[in-house]
Amino acid sequence: MSELKQIIPNKKDFIMGNAACAYGAIAAGCDFFAGYPITPSNEILQLLAKLLPKTNGVFIQMEDEIASISSCIGASWTGRKALTVTSGPGFSLMTENLGYAYMTETPLVIINTQRAGPSVGQAGKAGQGDIMQAQFGSHGDYEIIALAPKNVEECFTLTIKAFNLAEKYRTPVILLSDAVVAHLREFIDFSHLKKYDIVKRKRPKNKEEGRFPFGTSNTDLIPPMPFFGEGYNMLVTGSTHKQDGLRDTASRIVHEDLVRRLQNKILTHRSEIEMWEEKFTEDCDTLAISYGAPSRPTEGAVVKLRKEGHKIGYFRPITIWPSPEKKMKELAKKVKQVYLVEMSLRGYKMEIERVFCNDKVHHIPKLSEVHTSQEIYKEIKNNMRRQL
Amino acid sequence: MKPAHIYREKYIRRVPSLFCPGCGNGMILNAFIRAVDDLTIPKDDYVLVSGIGCSAWIPSPNINMDTLHTPHGRAVSFATGVKLSNPKLTVCVISGDGDLSSIGGNHLIHAARNNIDLTIIMVNNSIYGMTGGQVGPTTPHEVKTITTPYGNPYYPGDFTAIVAAAGASYVARWTTAHILQLKESIKKGIEKKGFSFIEVIAQCPSHVEKGKKEDAFAILNHYKTLSDKKIIKVGVFVDINKKELTESIYEQMGER
Repeated sequence: MSELKQIIPNKKDFIMGNAACAYGAIAAGCDFFAGYPITPSNEILQLLAKLLPKTNGVFIQMEDEIASISSCIGASWTGRKALTVTSGPGFSLMTENLGYAYMTETPLVIINTQRAGPSVGQAGKAGQGDIMQAQFGSHGDYEIIALAPKNVEECFTLTIKAFNLAEKYRTPVILLSDAVVAHLREFIDFSHLKKYDIVKRKRPKNKEEGRFPFGTSNTDLIPPMPFFGEGYNMLVTGSTHKQDGLRDTASRIVHEDLVRRLQNKILTHRSEIEMWEEKFTEDCDTLAISYGAPSRPTEGAVVKLRKEGHKIGYFRPITIWPSPEKKMKELAKKVKQVYLVEMSLRGYKMEIERVFCNDKVHHIPKLSEVHTSQEIYKEIKNNMRRQL
Repeated sequence: MKPAHIYREKYIRRVPSLFCPGCGNGMILNAFIRAVDDLTIPKDDYVLVSGIGCSAWIPSPNINMDTLHTPHGRAVSFATGVKLSNPKLTVCVISGDGDLSSIGGNHLIHAARNNIDLTIIMVNNSIYGMTGGQVGPTTPHEVKTITTPYGNPYYPGDFTAIVAAAGASYVARWTTAHILQLKESIKKGIEKKGFSFIEVIAQCPSHVEKGKKEDAFAILNHYKTLSDKKIIKVGVFVDINKKELTESIYEQMGER
């Protein structure tokens, strides 16, 4: 358990989601930040520029997003807890090194405050179109961990969680925020959030263990991580490598062993990683699913429908990746209709349609802005009527 | 000068040489470890960063130090993160002209502008060697390569001039025919507190003038002639002292 750092307000404060992300990073022990300005993530960058030097952390504004994530990876290999923040267009550039961080098992956190895409889209407006990009944007087979906050408090708590997951599983973790949550101002009571767990990455217990930064006989698949400058004379490469880091670009076995282990590292731990919120699901025959900002009006609509006697439940995945698949499949057995509410035409649709049957899923997208509770209520109500 | 096996045992991993016969990379590897051996910095305090390409293989896996082998073009940015995180480390980038100046050109310019304490050794073989001999950012005008089969319509860049203009503290250029001068420049670059950039013009007998299979020794002699005639300009172009980035950033830390 860690005490809240001095620098974080110790009381109720009225701040925006982005500020809560910056405080969350400091609380998690982030001591390296590299980033490039992009709306709507700028407030995180600005606040960390002010806070990090006070906590003896490094802040650097790089020439672009590719360089930002690159220097975060370099920093992580010297033992730093590294963070970079961006939005869609910058995240597109970062996907190159997202794959590198995954392949080299480098802990690092990326905050993507999603905006309305594709391309430059609307910088200040919200979107949730980067859900699939987080999981599939970089080339090759990889498994990502991604979390979505719904409010300012979660911007704080899930940023800490993202660092903990990155450290624990030695992998990049993405916080999929959105422009609504990022710029939303609300009260956050830091005094309630005083105590939280801090996870530190596994380190070699002896010289021998440190000689194998990418190999392990341990059952939990996560190798201990030596740092640069400790005398291990390490080889770190994004090429396929053996347990000691030596490149092997010819052996099929070495490649398959590595890529399978990296995937298993996440998937065998998915029950520990997965997080969700559910309400009114005990007796539901209909389910409304939403995440991030739209989950709040969705919850409002569900409460209203519930009062009218509809057996509708509310489900919010907090870990977007890995998706809470087991839980959703349980729910899939008892619900006849699923409503997916999100600020994207494609967002999470494919995953939800995969887990629930395609024809059960009714999509309620809205672009650029978050839905009102009334809009969601009406849409569900109208569709229910059609079903009768 | 010590016998070769002393350097080999101390600095080289036991891996087969990955370079083609006559390649300049082995010579640059030699110059680098001899420069390092002359200096007093402990071996474990070095981090060698490289990108993608033949010359990125000079440090990784050959040199038995901490090495970071990064995606194409990103070596300088990775090195920036390492240096800023742990300023006591000596961080050197060894990579090719395609990697550093073409795909990584933006990173190179801005690291020079920030004057961060890195030593960059850019191996310029005028071609993309690993991928089979495509035109590079340093290929001479009108030369035929496999992607300029009718002659190179592009012009080669002078990256020492660009890096110097961007604000580097130390800039030099040598060829593989100037191996002793190169070694001294590497020493100077590592000792320099600031951004050091050393370009080495190196032969690629496998791909330059494909099909001709040029004799590496003949190319070295050619380099000598060209540099004597000042067609290839060699020497130290910039050697100044100014405040370095890591120092500035660490000065701003603490209670404020």
